[in-house]
Amino acid sequence: MSLERFISQAVSSWMSTEGPDSDIVLSSRIRLARNLSQFDFPTLATNEEAFKVTAAVEEWANSGSHPGASRFEMVKMNDIQPLQKRVLVEKHLISPHLAENSRHGACLLSENEEYSIMVNEEDHIRIQCLFPGFQLSEALSAANEIDDLMEESLDYAFDEKYGYLTSCPTNAGTGLRASVMMHLPGLYLTQQINRIVPAINQLGLVVRGIYGEGSEALGNIFQISNQITLGKSEDDIVEDLKSVVKQLISQERSAREALAKTSNIQLEDRIFRSYGILANSRIIETKEAAGCLSDVRLGIDMGYLKDISKNILNELMILTQPGFLQQYAGGPLRPDERDIRRAAMIRERLKMEIKEQ
Amino acid sequence: MICQECNQRPATLHFTNFSNGEKTELHLCERCAHEKGEMFMMNQGHGFSLNHLLAGLLNIEPALQPNTKEHFHQEEIIQCSRCHMTYPQFVKIGRFGCAHCYDTFKEQLGPIIRRLHSGNSVHNGKIPKRAGGTISMQRNLTALKETLGELISKEEFEKAAELRDEIRALEKRLAEQHRGGE
Repeated sequence: MSLERFISQAVSSWMSTEGPDSDIVLSSRIRLARNLSQFDFPTLATNEEAFKVTAAVEEWANSGSHPGASRFEMVKMNDIQPLQKRVLVEKHLISPHLAENSRHGACLLSENEEYSIMVNEEDHIRIQCLFPGFQLSEALSAANEIDDLMEESLDYAFDEKYGYLTSCPTNAGTGLRASVMMHLPGLYLTQQINRIVPAINQLGLVVRGIYGEGSEALGNIFQISNQITLGKSEDDIVEDLKSVVKQLISQERSAREALAKTSNIQLEDRIFRSYGILANSRIIETKEAAGCLSDVRLGIDMGYLKDISKNILNELMILTQPGFLQQYAGGPLRPDERDIRRAAMIRERLKMEIKEQ
Repeated sequence: MICQECNQRPATLHFTNFSNGEKTELHLCERCAHEKGEMFMMNQGHGFSLNHLLAGLLNIEPALQPNTKEHFHQEEIIQCSRCHMTYPQFVKIGRFGCAHCYDTFKEQLGPIIRRLHSGNSVHNGKIPKRAGGTISMQRNLTALKETLGELISKEEFEKAAELRDEIRALEKRLAEQHRGGE
């Protein structure tokens, strides 16, 4: 398969389209955790119960009352290969937990992959909306719409005091996790990020590297999300996060301006060196690739590099992960083989840009 | 020394607890200590996860309360009547077994929820149409009554009278729903 075709099949809407402020905010995500009142939570549910939960959600999906044109396809974890699961995880459509540890785990995917509903993960149902750029409110209303439709035919576990009852008490109340993925190279290069992260934590928000819990921020991409789910309304949670994100956007913009003013040539040098590595290397590890991609994306956003599309960062961050590389190669690869493949894929992807001009 | 719990394996973990001036000692083997959910205190060497943190939070709570003399003995283990999850199990895995657990463990849950959610203890967000039943109407009613009080204190009686009619209508509808639901 040609890389072009592979990408067109592999890329979700949030990677290829641009949203508001997408020079800094790569994507916005809303997740709602819901459970069905008549079944035990997935941690304790019997196989039979887990099966019934999946069946109930599948029936809902087939009943056809969905917003807009989005049709849902159900993907059952028992029916797909480990590599396919890994690809779904790398696209942030399902969690590693659903892929590896769930019983009768499944997910409903919309065609453009903006919606993904996980079934039998930690909770019975997790509705997720993933939108390009800074669109938290839009993603929230989209998730709410699905939630309302599901509630019409599925019996939710809800309590007046504790709201939506979730498997883990950290999610009780709204069951809402709102998050944004931000590219913050300016704050990193001006060494402000180490001061900013603790400050954000103090506001009841969580900052993480791109690949979830406990990992360092690869390629200057940070995920920021709310911690508290109970006691605040959904709108307040989202508004609080938005106000912090807006501040971060303006700080990142002024950091970029300051960099251009004070160390223009050094910055240009850094960007073109990174471009050189991506365009020419024959072996490249994830970490180095992530760093260079971050520099190149910054170069595109600041106008140093022209005629390269912006979504190259989003795309290659996802496509150069081990699962995708192996899917593209058509079979398993050892880590050293992946590094060679990764370098080849990046070179080829950059060549596509030149061809298109 | 033999583990007090299983009376089989040697006790490798020794607890001393002072509460209300009284000293209690407990000697356990690792397996029994783990089952009792006391592991958080000496959680070394294992991968540290959110679950461990949560388990820590859940476990600290009883120690802060007075009258914890019985803490170690736990003669009465609370168990959910629906999914059979016990409180020590919940502490260990940090997850509830079913929706009913929220009711079963409600006494222990209050402080935990407040701690996890910055002091908040009551849901203030979306209410589902069907499962929420009359909750949203009741919430609406409470809000209207508060406004009514404000209007009266500001001596805006005309507006207050309008609002009073609205409240009466809502109360009537609520009463009808209750009757209909029974």
